[in-house]
Amino acid sequence: MATRQERSAGSATQPPAGPPPPSDRAMGRAGNAVARAAFTGASAGLLRMRELSVLIVVVALSIYFAVSNPAFASAQNAAVIASFTASAAIIAAGEVMLLVSGELDLSVGMTFAMTPFILLWAMDLGAPFIVALFVALAGAALVGVVNGVVTVGLGVHSFITTLGTLFLVHGVTLIISGSFPKPAPSKGFVTQVLGGWPWAQILWAIVIVIVMHAVLTGTRWGTYTIATGGNPTGASEAGIKIRRIKMRNFIACAVLGGFAGIVEGIHVTQSFDPNAGGNELMFTAIAAAVIGGTALAGGSGTVIGAFLGAVVLGVLRNGFTLQGISANTYFVILGVAIIASMVLNTQLSRFRREAKAG
Amino acid sequence: MTAFANEPTNGPSNGPTGGSANGEAIRVEGVAKRFGSVTALRDVNLRLGTGEVLGLIGDNGAGKSTLIKVLSGYHRPDRGRILIHGEPAALRSVQHARALGIETVYQDLALINSLPVYLNLHLNKEPVRWPFLRKRIMRQRARRYLDDMGINIPSVNSEVANLSGGQRQAIAVARAVYSEARILLLDEPLAAMGAKEGAIILDLIRMLRERGDVSMIIIAHNYGQIFDVCDRINLLQHGEITVDKPTSETSVEELVELVAREYRVSGLAADQGQVLADVREGAGS
Repeated sequence: MATRQERSAGSATQPPAGPPPPSDRAMGRAGNAVARAAFTGASAGLLRMRELSVLIVVVALSIYFAVSNPAFASAQNAAVIASFTASAAIIAAGEVMLLVSGELDLSVGMTFAMTPFILLWAMDLGAPFIVALFVALAGAALVGVVNGVVTVGLGVHSFITTLGTLFLVHGVTLIISGSFPKPAPSKGFVTQVLGGWPWAQILWAIVIVIVMHAVLTGTRWGTYTIATGGNPTGASEAGIKIRRIKMRNFIACAVLGGFAGIVEGIHVTQSFDPNAGGNELMFTAIAAAVIGGTALAGGSGTVIGAFLGAVVLGVLRNGFTLQGISANTYFVILGVAIIASMVLNTQLSRFRREAKAG
Repeated sequence: MTAFANEPTNGPSNGPTGGSANGEAIRVEGVAKRFGSVTALRDVNLRLGTGEVLGLIGDNGAGKSTLIKVLSGYHRPDRGRILIHGEPAALRSVQHARALGIETVYQDLALINSLPVYLNLHLNKEPVRWPFLRKRIMRQRARRYLDDMGINIPSVNSEVANLSGGQRQAIAVARAVYSEARILLLDEPLAAMGAKEGAIILDLIRMLRERGDVSMIIIAHNYGQIFDVCDRINLLQHGEITVDKPTSETSVEELVELVAREYRVSGLAADQGQVLADVREGAGS
C-alpha cells in the first residue's frame, strides 16, 4: 500500500514527472540543468551542486599549482595544507550550524586561543589530562552559553554579543596566560590521539565534518536548526523551541573552536599561544562556510561545502606561498572569492524564483 | 498506521448538526489577552461541541487569530479559563496543547521553505531511531497522506518554496489532519487557494465532519465559502463573541448584515455604502 511512487524518493536531482515545465523564456539553454534541479531537489540539489562546484575548484587549483611548482604535490606540502585547513574546517562546521539557525559567532577564534590555557590551568591543579580536557571544553562551552543567553535571552544581535565576547575572551586569555606562550602537553595516550599522530589534526577535522554533516542533514537538531533559521515564527508555531536550538548551536560552535585550539597547539606548534587563532582564523572559517554555500541569512547550508571551502583557502594560500606570491595577493583573492560566492548564491536563488514564476 | 488513526472514543458519532450531543471539546470562559496597550481579546466566552464545526467570523483585528493562538498554546491568556474535553487546561505551550489533541493550521502556514515536503509534514513530530530521522518512513507516509487527500504534488522531496500557494496550504492542512488531532483549529484555511484547491480542503472538512470524531474551529474572512460546512457560526467583535447561531438559523446574508451593522453603530466608516460593498465582496463565494 505504501510502496507506490517510493522509488522517486531517492534522487533529489531527478527531473520532475508532474509539474508543467517552465517557459522557454525563463529557461536559458545553459540554465536548463540548474532549473531542473531547482524544480525538484531545490536547495538540497543546489547545495549538492555547490559542494560539487567547490570540489571542482579544489581539484583545478591543485592541478594548476602542481603543474607550476613540483614542490606542491609532495606529501610534506600536503601536510602543511592539511594543518592550515583543519582548524578552519572544524570551526566552520560549528559556524555553519549557527549561520543556518540565523546567528553567527565572532568570538570563536578567541575561544580557540583561550581553551588550551584552561587545559593547562586544570593540569597545573593536578587534574589528569583527560579530565583537564573536559574542564577546558566546559570552559569553551561557557563562552557559548554566554553568547547564547545574551543573544536569545536578552535579545542582543549575535553580531554584537559575540563582538563583545571576542574582546572579553581575548582579554581573559592574555591574563591567564601572562601573555606568553606555554609548552603544550606532549605525553600520554590521549595527547597522542588528539594530535601526536602525523595526520591527527586533519583526521579530527574530517571526523567532525562527517558527524556535523550527519547532525545537520539527518537529525532533529539539524532539521530544527534549518527550520529556526528559515522561518523562526513558523518553527515556533510548530512547537520548536527555537531559543534552545540557537543556544545549542552557540555551545557547539564554541566547543568545536576550543577543541580545534587544543588540537592545533598539540599537533602543530607543540605550544599554546595566547595570540593563536584569533580573528583571522574566525573569518577564514566564516569565509569557508560562505564559499561552501551557506547562506548568511539562515535556513540553508552545508558542512561538507564549508570543509571544501576551507580546503580551497588552504590550497590557495599554500600555492601562492610556493609561487612566491605575497600574502597580500592572497587576501585580494580571498576577498574576491567571498564576494563572488555571495553573488553566485543570490543570483542562483533569483534564477530559481524566475524559473518558478515563468 | 491508518490515515485517521484516532477512531472515535466518545460513543456514537454526532450527526452533522448535532454538535452538542456528546459534551464539549472546548469551553472558553472570560478569556482576555492584551498586547501592551492593545486589547486583543476582551471577554471571550465560547463553546465547541464534540464533533462540531464552528465558523468563527469577524472583521480584521477583531481578535480571531489571537483567540486561535490562545487555544493552540502559542499565547497565554491574561485572564479566564479554558476547558478541554471538560477538564480545565492552562495551555502552557504549543507542545502542551498538542498533547491534549489540539492541532492548528496558522494563517502564515508555519511551513519551512528550505525543507522538503515530507519534513514539513512531520515538523516537530519526526519519527526517530536515535539519533537519526527515519526519512524513508516519513517519505512513505507523506506520499500516502497527499494521495489520500487528492493533493497533486509530484515529489515529497520538493522543497515547499517551489510549490504554489494552494499546494502549500494543502500541506499545512494535511499536517494538522494527519496528526491524530481531536480538535482542529484552522485559521483562514482557504486564504491562498484557487476554487479547485479550495474545494479539496472543503471536501476534507466535510469528510472529517461526517466522521464526527474531530471538532473544528474555522476562521474565514470570506465566510460565504465555509458557511456550508459549519454547524454553528460565532461572530467575534472587538474581542468579544457577540453572535452565536446555528447555521440552520442564519444565512450568509444575515451575517453580512450583522458585520455591516457594526460599522454603522460604531461609526468607523465614513462611507457606509463602500463598506457594505466591501463586506459583501468579502462574504461572496
